Amino acid sequence: MMSVLLDDFVIRAALAALGVALAAGALGCFVVWRRMAYFGDATAHAAILGVAIALGFSLSVFTGVIAVALLMAVLIFALTDRGHAADTVLGVMAHGGLALGLVAVALLPGMRVDLEAYLFGDVLTVSRTDLLVIWGGAAGVGVVLWRRWSARLTATLSPDLAYAAGIDPRREKLILTLLLAAVVAVAIKVVGALLITALLIIPAAAARPLAHTPERMAIVSMALGAVSALGGLQMSLRLDTPVGPSIVVAAVLLFSLSLLVGRLVPALR
Amino acid sequence: MQPTSAPLLSADQVSAGHGTNLPVLENVSLAIHAGEIVTIVGPNGSGKSTLLRVLIGALAPHRGKVTRSAGLRIGYVPQKLHIDQNLPITVRRFLDLPHPVSEEGAQDALSAAGVPGVAGRQMSALSGGQFQRVLLARAILSRPHILMLDEATQGLDQPGSALFYRQIEEVRARLGCAVLMVSHELHVVMSASDRVICLNGHICCEGTPEVVSAAPAYRELFGSGTGGALALYRHEHDHHHHHHHSHDHDDHHHHEAAP
Repeated sequence: MMSVLLDDFVIRAALAALGVALAAGALGCFVVWRRMAYFGDATAHAAILGVAIALGFSLSVFTGVIAVALLMAVLIFALTDRGHAADTVLGVMAHGGLALGLVAVALLPGMRVDLEAYLFGDVLTVSRTDLLVIWGGAAGVGVVLWRRWSARLTATLSPDLAYAAGIDPRREKLILTLLLAAVVAVAIKVVGALLITALLIIPAAAARPLAHTPERMAIVSMALGAVSALGGLQMSLRLDTPVGPSIVVAAVLLFSLSLLVGRLVPALR
Repeated sequence: MQPTSAPLLSADQVSAGHGTNLPVLENVSLAIHAGEIVTIVGPNGSGKSTLLRVLIGALAPHRGKVTRSAGLRIGYVPQKLHIDQNLPITVRRFLDLPHPVSEEGAQDALSAAGVPGVAGRQMSALSGGQFQRVLLARAILSRPHILMLDEATQGLDQPGSALFYRQIEEVRARLGCAVLMVSHELHVVMSASDRVICLNGHICCEGTPEVVSAAPAYRELFGSGTGGALALYRHEHDHHHHHHHSHDHDDHHHHEAAP
């Protein structure tokens, strides 16, 4: 029964989008709280370089992307931790990574690569293996995030409060950075490198007016992410629009709606 | 206070600073023992906050050593805490960080800190004074061996901060914890201290409030007027002060300033 279902490319696409949306929804809250949006951009844009490397060395795209994303994450962590102006460093890395990736793809001998699939996603072609990787990655992100949630929240509120409680905030920041790389790697097939950050911050921002605790914000964000994923996919099938951007459009609609509801029903806060 | 027992926390010839700049602290040694209230005073830029950050482990010293007794629990009240607008958090949830506490414990701590009944409020909706008291409540919930406060009364008016420090004395009496605080409000803080450390990059002098306020190094930093303020404060403190006079004065002043 299940295997018959998974033969349907629409079902596979829906499951893939759902897995990515849930992981991005939860992690996205930390991205918003810690103002790491640019950080997500840098990691995601560098993923194109990972695509080029994977194609050049005949590796799986996922392997190339996760390797470059993790490397980028560690590099950014080390640079910003040394007190370099984070904004500038991230700007250089984000756009440098993207440009380098695009050039590298163009230089690949003897093949024409459909870049659009990596820039904007191509969820309708996900295979069963892709699904396994996406859900495995999403579950991994969820488990790691959940296990030291309170410690990470303390470190997010104030590094000094964390130090005083015996928590190393640098470690928590590094873990979040690595989780971000993992989400980028599983999300590139679904929404593409250019729109991954949107999937991280828009559902979280939409959840904000509807939540009074961090946990509730995370749960609402995951739910809104899931609705965006399925709604966007539906929209794309009906209107014949690209899936990744359609998912982000759905998320933006939910964001507007949530702002309105938050204004009208302050009791929800 | 108890020279025979090992200190809870000690710094041994610590030099520290930010980045590769010149050190803010030079050769600072101190020890905090169980149950005592120690205050660090010093002018702006004297390294008070840097010293506290070294002691809680947030900043590694360039030289020297910080020793904490095994299993030391620190209750830290930072100078200020900015909570991002995008992070919704109730007072009750904040008290659960990093470890969940019982409902009863949370209510007790809020009462002890002087803010009963704010548990359901958003942290961002609190006034400055309430916010500092919630930070205090969170700090005492970890049943600390030592409570550390960094300019904890910034933004409070003078009666407010006097009340805040009296609450800290009560907390000390209840928990038996040591208290280490940093302040620029010399007279208010010193009257509540067992020991005062006068810091200006290095330790200028230390001792009981009376000894320090009479010390030449202290008078050089703060002038001699503060000795009188200490006596004045003690006097007011004994007689439950009223502040009508100063309010009248403020109003009057305001009036005059109008064109």
